[in-house]
Amino acid sequence: MLERLAQEKLKWKCRRGLLELDIVLERMLRTKLDGLDEKTLAELEVLLELPDNDLWDIVKGKSDDYAPSLNEMVAMLRGL
Amino acid sequence: MNLSVRKFDAVVVGAGGSGMRAALELARAKLKVAVLSKVFPTRSHTVAAQGGIAASLGNSSEDNWHWHMYDTVKGSDYLGDQDAIEYMCRRAVEVVVELEHMGMPFDRLDNGKIYQRPFGGHTQDYGSPKMAMRACAAADRTGHAMLHTLYQQNVKANTQFFVEWMALDLIRDPSGRVIGVVALEMETGEVHVLQSKAVLLATGGSGRIFYSSTNAFINTGDGLGMAIRAGIPLQDMEFFQFHPTGVYGAGVLITEGVRGEGGYLLNKNGERFMERYAPNAKDLASRDVVSRAMTLEIQEGRGCGPNGDHVLLKLDHLGADVIDKRLPGIREIAIKFANADPIKDPIPVVPTVHYQMGGVPANYMGQVVVPGANGPEEIVPGLYAVGECSCVSVHGANRLGTNSLLDLVVFGKAAGEQIVRDVRALPESHPDLPKDAADRPLARLAHLDSASSGERVVDVSTDLRRAMQLHCGVFRFPQMLKDGVTKMQEIAARAERVFIQDKSKVFNTARIEALELDNMVQSALATVVSAEARTESRGAQARDDFKDRDDANWLKHTLYFPDGRLEYKPVHMKPLTVDAFEPKVRTY
Repeated sequence: MLERLAQEKLKWKCRRGLLELDIVLERMLRTKLDGLDEKTLAELEVLLELPDNDLWDIVKGKSDDYAPSLNEMVAMLRGL
Repeated sequence: MNLSVRKFDAVVVGAGGSGMRAALELARAKLKVAVLSKVFPTRSHTVAAQGGIAASLGNSSEDNWHWHMYDTVKGSDYLGDQDAIEYMCRRAVEVVVELEHMGMPFDRLDNGKIYQRPFGGHTQDYGSPKMAMRACAAADRTGHAMLHTLYQQNVKANTQFFVEWMALDLIRDPSGRVIGVVALEMETGEVHVLQSKAVLLATGGSGRIFYSSTNAFINTGDGLGMAIRAGIPLQDMEFFQFHPTGVYGAGVLITEGVRGEGGYLLNKNGERFMERYAPNAKDLASRDVVSRAMTLEIQEGRGCGPNGDHVLLKLDHLGADVIDKRLPGIREIAIKFANADPIKDPIPVVPTVHYQMGGVPANYMGQVVVPGANGPEEIVPGLYAVGECSCVSVHGANRLGTNSLLDLVVFGKAAGEQIVRDVRALPESHPDLPKDAADRPLARLAHLDSASSGERVVDVSTDLRRAMQLHCGVFRFPQMLKDGVTKMQEIAARAERVFIQDKSKVFNTARIEALELDNMVQSALATVVSAEARTESRGAQARDDFKDRDDANWLKHTLYFPDGRLEYKPVHMKPLTVDAFEPKVRTY
């Protein structure tokens, strides 16, 4: 489980410009936060650095423009 | 006071489209400018604008700025200030061409010019049945493209960004001049004073004060709270636009472009009901007309679903190709949030809060104006406001689609130009800070740090949003509004008593959410008090007991003051160079 500071920073990175992402990422924080570790957090952070519309395209399955190492994390977000 | 103090020529609070357009003007003029943003700039809510930006380029149909001005005045239900509207429509072409030259990737015609599409409320020849093709778009990512273009230009111009900094309060000197802001750096939890010769509020709207909202979670009206706490009134806050097509249950927006491309609304009988309400424009009538028609259909028992509480947006007849090519993203939204694939099935939709027409009162140079000894619009020296947090007022009682992105760049640029002029006229040195400059925000933070019991932030903010939705929604009833005022006053008192469990100083999101709640309370109070007092229906304000517009008594702007008092001021009916458009009955 992540330490408090890492969780807080992650929560704020999940504040987005698009309501669609706010909703999906809130679902993620509510159901998956406790299961995240340093490795999965790093994967998630790569995705959260993307522009909102690019990330949303990936989450809704319109784009597969991400590194294969992020497959599991993308699958998790797509399932939310 | 033992806080760090930094000095700037200009501080811009907010890094959406309007803040970044203004910052660009300031940085290019070599002013020392700081842009504060509580999230990374390109995660501002401007990215959500899909449909386009209006400008009478005349590339896809005959058009001119005067037709655009007519549509905007009419769309505002005659509450828009006609000088500001003329200013915006005339500068539209210039600012869009400028964006094009900055590299914004607009859709293009075969001849290389910017492609333009029709959009609700935009007509040719002063309201004729012929739609004007006036919306310039970058697929369904116009806001995203604009924001990224402006961000890149700001980076190039060396604008200094303070990311994950939340502005808390304005600092005014004894004469009333605004001389800086107090801000919280999230990373360290430190409070800083940013002394500045000009402060520009560009914090966006407060759409999160409603339960069903298309707005991102960040839209908590922070600039509005700061203004009220500094003694500045808020203007026309009763006017919130409900977008006709929010996904039922989620609030996620289905762009008006869907209806621009030929999608239409159905009731439970399969009837295209907009033909009854707006025989000419039909599903492309302005947003308040469509929202009200949808609500009437639902109220009169023609709503869809087991509870009869929504209507359907049909677009399967457009075909998969058009949906995928012209309306990319819509299909995925419908599947994820409504569980409906629009290639086969209609999308369940309801009117959902989308845009705040009111805000901090400003003129078309972005200067904040308040009543004073010499009239209703005295300039507050040092303070400026642009974008959705401001009320210029170009949208009046109702905004036309694609006029908001235009508003951001026209008035962002205009405010930037004005700030450059004003700052250059000021002495080089900064005035002394008042001793109590940061007392209020520090006391608020101290309370949050020390309180060990009280109300939970999430409970109060949920109750606030539910109360606003119920008491101050798309249709407004007299007793509900009265009760809503009382209820919001109770919620405001509860918000004073919130406590947070996490007392950490560094990166404390609970603390930020408590501070955001303070701002939402101010916006919500201004909205419900102003709505209760305005006994007419105009634009986005639709009352059950006063169904008609009442120009004899209500052709005036509301001002809500920090003590809850209301005052009114005249609408600017006189444009800059042309004849006024006199109020007429508004039909589409």
